[in-house]
Amino acid sequence: MMKFLRRSKSAASAKERLQLVLIHDRTDLNATELEALKDDLIATISRHVAIDPLGVVIHIAQDGRSQRLVADIPLRSANQRRR
Amino acid sequence: MTAKVVTITSGKGGVGKTTSVANIAVALASRGQRVVCIDGDIGLRNLDVVLGLENRIVYDLVDVIEGRCRLRQAMIRDKRLPELYLIPAAQTRDKTAVSPSDMIRLCDELRPDVDWILIDSPAGIERGFRNAIAPADRVLVITNPDVSAVRDADRVIGILDAEEKGPVSLIINRVNSDMVRRGEMLSVEDVLDLLAVHLIGIVPEDENVIVASNRGQPLSLDGKSRAGVAFQNIARRLMGEEVPFSELETPGLWQRLLGRRR
Ligand SMILES: Nc1ncnc2c1ncn2[C@@H]1O[C@H](COP(=O)(O)OP(=O)(O)O)[C@@H](O)[C@H]1O
Ligand SMILES: [Mg+2]
Repeated sequence: MMKFLRRSKSAASAKERLQLVLIHDRTDLNATELEALKDDLIATISRHVAIDPLGVVIHIAQDGRSQRLVADIPLRSANQRRR
Repeated sequence: MTAKVVTITSGKGGVGKTTSVANIAVALASRGQRVVCIDGDIGLRNLDVVLGLENRIVYDLVDVIEGRCRLRQAMIRDKRLPELYLIPAAQTRDKTAVSPSDMIRLCDELRPDVDWILIDSPAGIERGFRNAIAPADRVLVITNPDVSAVRDADRVIGILDAEEKGPVSLIINRVNSDMVRRGEMLSVEDVLDLLAVHLIGIVPEDENVIVASNRGQPLSLDGKSRAGVAFQNIARRLMGEEVPFSELETPGLWQRLLGRRR
């Protein structure tokens, strides 16, 4: 209950906003650049294997003070490809 | 015996660097340590007034570096504590009068004679900051629990990591536990989640800090105020003592701290 009340206050929004700002400050990547990176990634990978471009999700994960770029790229099954 | 050089810096201005240097220096000196503080904020001298030593300045940091006086002549001795000295900043010069290698040379000259050299860094990430961190064995980054101070602290921590000045330690200053309880201020836990860095001190918002600087009588001289105790704890941790973060502990803090020791 206390936790719930606390989370709806300004500290919670400060933390959420800072989380996003710090990712961008640390990586020098903004949302637009991340989108461009995603498109390039889809194009490159598609040259090698059939993927579902609409299902691709990429985001920056935090691990202490380091960031990792995480891409989740669904592959099309061989059956789907043959059709 | 050779001194440890500890630089206190922040990114954002006004978060409490000078206050911390003065109080940590006094706390170390009152534990029998020999301490020299250097005001690295050339052109915006402040450590002298916070320590109450402003009337005794004859020579300053730039005078030493430019050879107008000997190092000893620029070291103002604090009469309240036998082994506390201040090397004041020059007031009428700018930061370009000092270089990082000047600071390294100056500290190397001091090292054999004292236990601690504390450097008060200017705000920002420019020349004055570079000068202040150049000789540091250890860097303490100070922040307040607010969005801009935390953001700027992150920037500075990133630079320090890249320059291999880390791992740095964090002081969170001006914590208002009542506001934290109401959810209107970032908690210690929140700040540690965001910055992912080692914590060395939590200092409460305390009006005694302002009273003390009005008088030029650092808090940790008496040690009864909450902020004074917090600064003494930081000094003890610097000396290698394990001091629990008791008074201002917030829920979940313990797990955080245990998980984060490096
Ligand atoms: N814990 C605190 N509680 C109340 N006031 C504080 C605290 N820490 C710093 N202050 C006040 O904040 C102001 C800025 O502090 P200062 O140490 O000069 O910051 P900086 O050196 O980082 O610019 C000063 O007026 C100081 O008295
Ligand atoms: Mg200052």
